[in-house]
This record gives sequence, structure tokens and C-alpha cells, in this order.
Amino acid sequence: MLEKALTGSRRYWTWVFFLLAMVGVGFVNYLYQFKNGLGITGMSRDVSWGLYIGQFTFLVGVAASAVMLVIPYYLHDFKKFGKIVILGEFLAVAAVTMCISFIFVDLGQPMRVLNVILHPTPNSILFWDMIVLNGYLFLNIVIGWMTLSSDRKGIKPPAWIKPLIYLSIPWAFSIHTVTAFLYAGLPGRHFWLSAIMAARFLASAFAGGPALLILLALIVRKLTKFDPGKEPIQAVGKIVTYAMIANVFFLGLEFFTAFYSQIPGHMHPFVYLYAGLEGHGKLVPLMWASSILAVVSLVLLIFPSLRRQEGILAAACVALFVSLWIDKGFGLVVGGFIPNPFEGIMEYWPTTRETLIALGVWALGFLVLTLLYKITVTVREETAGIEIEH
Amino acid sequence: MSMNRRQFLKIAGASTLLGLGGASALNALRGGELEASHVLTDEKALNAKRWAMVIDVSKFRTEEDYKRLTKACHSIHNVPDFGNPKDEIKWIWTDTYEHTFPSQPNEYIEEGIKNKPFVLLCNHCANPPCVRVCPTKATFKRKDGIVMMDQHRCIGCRFCMAACPFGARSFNYKDPRLALKKEEENREYPTRTIGVVEKCTFCFERLAKGLVPACVEASREAAKAAGGEPGMYFGDLDDPASEVRKILSTRYTIRRKPELGTDPSVFYVIGGEKNA
Repeated sequence: MLEKALTGSRRYWTWVFFLLAMVGVGFVNYLYQFKNGLGITGMSRDVSWGLYIGQFTFLVGVAASAVMLVIPYYLHDFKKFGKIVILGEFLAVAAVTMCISFIFVDLGQPMRVLNVILHPTPNSILFWDMIVLNGYLFLNIVIGWMTLSSDRKGIKPPAWIKPLIYLSIPWAFSIHTVTAFLYAGLPGRHFWLSAIMAARFLASAFAGGPALLILLALIVRKLTKFDPGKEPIQAVGKIVTYAMIANVFFLGLEFFTAFYSQIPGHMHPFVYLYAGLEGHGKLVPLMWASSILAVVSLVLLIFPSLRRQEGILAAACVALFVSLWIDKGFGLVVGGFIPNPFEGIMEYWPTTRETLIALGVWALGFLVLTLLYKITVTVREETAGIEIEH
Repeated sequence: MSMNRRQFLKIAGASTLLGLGGASALNALRGGELEASHVLTDEKALNAKRWAMVIDVSKFRTEEDYKRLTKACHSIHNVPDFGNPKDEIKWIWTDTYEHTFPSQPNEYIEEGIKNKPFVLLCNHCANPPCVRVCPTKATFKRKDGIVMMDQHRCIGCRFCMAACPFGARSFNYKDPRLALKKEEENREYPTRTIGVVEKCTFCFERLAKGLVPACVEASREAAKAAGGEPGMYFGDLDDPASEVRKILSTRYTIRRKPELGTDPSVFYVIGGEKNA
């Protein structure tokens, strides 16, 4: 099937080469970072994780969201997801690829990365994150590839794929729970030390990931002859709506606990993020943009009459995705470090090189996504009208 | 006795194997005798069940007293100075009461304490979160309570920096060797690379030679010069007769953020006269 990614229109190749160029720019800047150290980023002694780990955290959510298609299709026999469930699985593959790349570019000594396997340490959450992320990547590659190649041949997928599909459901929850545990178990980081963290992560994941999927499905329909269908997209829209409501609710719970208890350590990061603390407020405009976009997306999503218009649904998904990206891909990580353990403030802002490296990793993810979607779309175009039950 | 080619090779092979790996393999099989840290220990080495430190802030008088500690530590450990707070590496430093004990704020506290610099370093917690989160065991707790850092195993993920509630850890954002002056370099302390985390190790390398940590020695020298008592004490928390235990049983001491349950091994005497 791989050969299907090797033939395409002029537009397809332009896009592929554009992504390759972005990857190239990121790679050159990464080589510079490799030689000169993470000092070329905006990270500091106080804010020791930044854009890279933020992107990693956000993308784990995107990866986990595939399960929002798998559950209705495989557990509830919701047949309409038959065509797009593969889009979710391949999105997960691309997202996990980015996650692993972001962890890698964040390491101070990347050549020693295998120490994690050489000296396995089960008490470290990072050890488990490595296991669940790699396992999830493997599951989605195998499941996606097997079901698609069976579709192409017009046969049922092999029986052994079913247990893997069922396994992928709890596995998806595990990747984001474990990622939340990276943060939620650290003493002295009040902003992260919250039992609702994993639940909030999952809620934001199940909103942001499917929102991206809707946008991708609309793009696929516009650019190719493969139509994921109107109804499935609307069904995903409903999932996005519920998940976003849960996410905003969970965020509200955090606010309540911090500000009703009036415990300074719990309030400070929120004050820093949304109002600025002691004259430092670099993230304030971003966090407010995130909040406003969240409200806008919710208004557009909650009313069915608005949501049913695909143009409005798309706008809502863009607003929601950007809102969550700011909240989780940036604010959540940086906010946890401010104020520092001495209640001092050292602000963070990514440097140009750091941003280019991050864009390079995103481009790599989109390249993987493009190739996988190209294969999928070509197979779907060839087998149009034939429904194979998985 | 003649032997054919095949027999010769057999005997040669077997004896080579025995010679090369056989002896050590047999030793290992005997069990319990082979340890990773099979090194000679110095007879003078200082030993403890749990090393601890008491810092008596009232004994520090001038700015020079503090600078001496940092200089003693940073010079023997080749701690690089990049001259900016972003890439800063520090093992021992000072900060105000407010920043040292953020969970015990008191705006009306005695002026003397409010403006007094407090010495800060790794707390060598009995229950260290940094050790718990490290994915490679590059940071680990020794049998004597010291929270150690293997800078040659560290992958630079900085999870320990997020986990430490005391801001005790620094990361080599830049090549540490670039910030060292050749003439000030201590060639006996192992060099490290860019991209690893580091922190105070309670001078494990000095303890192995029978010497107290460099900062403690510096505070003793300062006291001798000024004719007073030193501001830092070091000893075994597990030994009721140790110097640190004696101070702990007679003076009111506090620790940083004890509510987090990490059980720090660094104690502070912050005011009052002896036996007050």
C-alpha cells in the first residue's frame, strides 16, 4: 500500500515538499541546539520545561482522542464511523510520532536516551510514559494498517486484530493519564498538584483531538473524492461539544479550589497566568485569548442549529483547537513553574530557534499524517461504495 | 600422546574461556561477593547512617562569610559561572527568609531575620521526590542518606528539577567547560558535559577522604579567623551523640517546607541565644 503515497497530484507534492522543507529548517536548528545546548531555548533554571514539553503534553491528547471514534464504532456498533475511524487511528500515529520527537528534542543528552531502557526505573512516571506511548504507537500502526489493507482487498480483517482494537481503548486512556501523572504527583508544584489533572487532560483531549479530526475530514472531502460523510462529522461534533463542556467545567473546579480556599500557593499560578503577578504578565494576553476562544467555540457548538452548519462547525473547531493549544500546550506547563519554589518570578518565552525546532516537529507529524491519509484516501477512492465490516 | 587438530582446538578453547571469563564468572556464581562498588575505602573516611546539616544563621555576620562558602564549594566542584540567572548553576547560595521559608510568611518578623541571608543547598531529603521521578536512576539515595547525582548517566530530561520543591537543582544549559577558568580549575573533580543536571552532593568525595564538606570547613575557618563559633555543623542524624543531634536537642530549629513530606536533612537555627 505504501506505493500509493508515491503518486499524487502536483498539489500533493508541493505540500509534501513544503513539509519536508519545514522539517529541514527544524533539523538544522536542532543540530545547532545539539551542539550548543538547551541554552539556545528560552528555558531557564526556574522554568525548566517549555514549549517542547507543552507540545508533547498537548499532542498526547490528540493521540488519545482516536478512542472517541473507536469506542462508538467497535463497542456501540455505530456503523457510520466505519469510514473515518481509520482517520482517527492514523492521526494518533502522527501525534505519537510528534510526542516522541518532542521528548527527544527536549533532552539535554539525547545520545543517552536508551538509558531509560538500560536502567529501567518503574518508580519513574517517565518510564511508564515511554512504555504506553510506544505501545500506543505500535497498536495504532498495526490496527490502522491491517484494517485498511483488508478494505483494499475487500476482505474482513484478520480475527487477531479485534483483541488489539479492544486493548487500544484502555491504552488510549492510559497514555493521557500517565502523562497527567508526570505533573500531578510532584510535591511543591501547586498548579499541577491536583487530582482532577488526569480527568481534565482527558476531557481536553477528547475535545481537541476530535475537533482537529473534523477539520481534517472536511479538508479530505474538499481535496479528494473520498467523502467521510456528513453524519459522522456531526456525530464527532457532538462528542467535541460534550468533552469541551467537561473540560471547561474541570478548569472551573481548579479555579474554585484555588480561590475559595485562598491558599496563596494555589492561587499564584492562576493569578500569574490570567492577571499577571508582581508586574510579570507575559502570558496574560494568551490565556485570555484562550478563554475567549473557548467561550466562542462553546456558543457555536452548544446550539445544534449552529453546529449543523458545517462552516460554523469548522470555525468552532478552529477556535476550540487554538484555545486548548494555548491552555495545554503552553500555559499549563509554564504556569506550573511560576512562581518558582522561592516564590520568585522568572518568565519564559520561546526563542526563534526553539520555535523553528517545534515547527519542524509539527511538520514531521503532518508529513506522517499526509502520507498515511494519502494512502487511506487512495484506497477509499478505489473501493468506493464497498462497505467492509471490521 | 598425539592429538589431532580437533582435540587441540577443544582444549585451547576451553582453557581460553576459563582464563578470560571463567574465574570471574565462578566468583559471581559463588554469590554475594561481587559488588559494583568494589573499591578500596580510605581508613579515614567519614561514615554515617544519615548525614545532616545544621545551619545557624546567627553565626554569619558579614557578606564575606557567605561568599566564602559559595566560593569554597563552587571552586572545588568546578561549578561554571555563566553570569546570568537564566543559565545559572548553583550548589549553595543565599536568599531571604521570605524566599527560603515561603510556607511560613510573617511580614512583622524581626528586622534582623527579615533581611538576613539564608544559606540554601540541597536538603538531601530522606524521601526525595527527585529520586522518585528520575527515569534512569541517575539521581539516587546512598546508604548514608546523601542524594547523589550521576552526571554521566543523566539524560537531561529535567524531571528532577520539576520534582524538587526546593529549587536545589541546576541544568547545564551551556557547555560547563566554557565557563571555567583554566587556572581555577580543580583537576581532581570529574568533568561533566553539557545537558545534565547537577546539585550539591554533601561533598561525598571529601567525606570519602575523611574531610567535612567544603562549606562546613569554610565556615569553620571563618569562625576561627573572627574568633567566634562556626555557622554550619555536619554530622550523623542517626547518632544521638553527634554534633548535629546535640544542637537539635537544645535549639529550636526549622526545615524548609516540611509539610511536603520529603523529610529534609538540612536544619536551620534562625535566632535566639544558645539554650534560649
